[in-house]
Amino acid sequence: MFELLGVPPQALFGQLLLGLINGAFYALLSLGLAVIFGLMNVINFTHGAQYMMGAFASWMLLQYLGVPYWGALVLAPIIVGATGVVIERLLISRLYHLDHLYGLLLTFGIALIIEGLFRNQYGSSGLPYANPIPGGINLGFMFLPYYRAWVIVFSLAVCLATWFMIEKTQLGSYLRAATERPDLVRAFGINVPRMITLTYGFGVGLAALAGVLAAPIYSVNPIMGSYLIIVVFAVVVIGGMGSILGSIITGFGLGVIEGLTKVFYPEASNTVIFIVMAIVLMLRPQGLFGTPR
Amino acid sequence: MARRKNRDMLVFGALLALGLVAPFVIYPVFLMKVLCFALFACAFNLLVGYVGLLSFGHAMFFGFAAYISGYTVKVMGWPTEVGILAGAAVAAALGLVAGAIAIRRQGIYFAMVTLALAQMVYFFCLQAKFTGGEDGIQGIPRRPLLGLLPITNDFVFYYVVLAIFSIGFLIIWRTIHSPFGQVLKAIRENEARAVSLGYAVDSFKLIAFVLSATLAGLAGATKAIVFQLASLTDVAWQMSGEVVLMTLVGGLGTVFGPIVGAGIIITMQNYLAGFGEWVLVIQGAIFVVTVLLFRRGVVGEIMALAQYLRGGKAAAEPSSAAMHGQPAE
Repeated sequence: MFELLGVPPQALFGQLLLGLINGAFYALLSLGLAVIFGLMNVINFTHGAQYMMGAFASWMLLQYLGVPYWGALVLAPIIVGATGVVIERLLISRLYHLDHLYGLLLTFGIALIIEGLFRNQYGSSGLPYANPIPGGINLGFMFLPYYRAWVIVFSLAVCLATWFMIEKTQLGSYLRAATERPDLVRAFGINVPRMITLTYGFGVGLAALAGVLAAPIYSVNPIMGSYLIIVVFAVVVIGGMGSILGSIITGFGLGVIEGLTKVFYPEASNTVIFIVMAIVLMLRPQGLFGTPR
Repeated sequence: MARRKNRDMLVFGALLALGLVAPFVIYPVFLMKVLCFALFACAFNLLVGYVGLLSFGHAMFFGFAAYISGYTVKVMGWPTEVGILAGAAVAAALGLVAGAIAIRRQGIYFAMVTLALAQMVYFFCLQAKFTGGEDGIQGIPRRPLLGLLPITNDFVFYYVVLAIFSIGFLIIWRTIHSPFGQVLKAIRENEARAVSLGYAVDSFKLIAFVLSATLAGLAGATKAIVFQLASLTDVAWQMSGEVVLMTLVGGLGTVFGPIVGAGIIITMQNYLAGFGEWVLVIQGAIFVVTVLLFRRGVVGEIMALAQYLRGGKAAAEPSSAAMHGQPAE
């Protein structure tokens, strides 16, 4: 039995793997936040609740309609994204002319409503969701469950596809243009309000997708989002919301840092991301990938 | 300006008179709770209403000060008044550190940074030995204040809490109406201009942040003695949300709004205590309705109505008055 830095390799790589998975969730969520913020100048406080709704949607689809995991992977983000579209049209769109902080307060209120409703219905103890791909492979230095490998590969693929769509396609160029000068883009005949609505739906869908991926790993729980969203806010502050690729790298990177902290100094594992945030703010206030004002 | 000051003092005098007779009609412990949260909300409002900085992590000062006063009074056996002051002092120190980090960003980022820092304090309190983890610090004794006032009597203690609140309120009021407060408002309205006029904007913000944190701590430390309990609820993010809600409902950037808001929300929580998770839903609904329909809050709407009746044009929406008009980063 050899050891690395005084830690058994199983523990080290196990936590590294869990760190990568958490990092995948951070990346998916902060990506959605960044896309929404770029176009709407609203920080979507409901994001954590929508991640939770994604997990619940997949649980309900299985429980009530018998739709398996793979169906939920497609359906849940669409359903939750559609609720996002409704919320944007009915509520958030009324605040665009005001200070952005009102958007934060509004989405915070919506998050409280959603979390309260789910806690009323399902309690806060958590519901199990069966692993769709049980088993795993022994790599010699660690045991790799298939499902966890799938989560990392799939979310990385989704992140990169999003990056490609925004940076390299025509649709993405409209989106980036509308982020800079919405009035001018509108003058060219592009329906910017509809684009904003769909972008919000898309960002919410990404959060819900993360929720579906999380369901078999963590139990499905009404409060799973409210803790996560605060960490994701810190991730967003660290990365800065200017760059899509930056969000992805920061998300995965911080997940790994958190995982390593669990191995070497578990007492700080809950707070390490906030400490990194404080350090980054002191040294580079605009964030690692942000541009100075 | 002078007339407005006189009017404020008149209203405060009336409120104080109301406060003096209130315990003859209403349960004193409930009133003490309202006063503690009213002070907390006033401290929060100093920052959001007059500097334009929305802190989403003020529970860290309130809750941490509660732990400090609970620990010093119960475990270390300090006198009550010293314990409360110790809580406020530690909150000031925490405010200095958190403020120095948070004021490096503005607007939405400031809100996110303060929320994250408060979550860090929450985890610290969850793991630290002296806080008692999930149990909190229970059974904090109410020893006689200054060695003579028997504060085990709710009636007596109520007047002490009223005095603490009044001192805190007057400090805030004095700050707002001082030259220092004028600079704060200038920063809120146009930070770049304030910088170009030669004001060290960051130090002004930091001083305001520390003052706000100290008074939030004073409220939390007092609350711990009133309820003889300091627990994780006091440092959790929900508590930060509650103080935002109180101030919003009462009126952001109004002098008396936070007091009214605290009264409304605490009363509501009292009536809804038996409904469990519905409290969360209702609080969320109040957030949504207030933000969408009456952003000025109760006191702000009343003031706008009074101005309208007097024939003046209605006061502007608080979007630029209460929250700074700076574009987000």
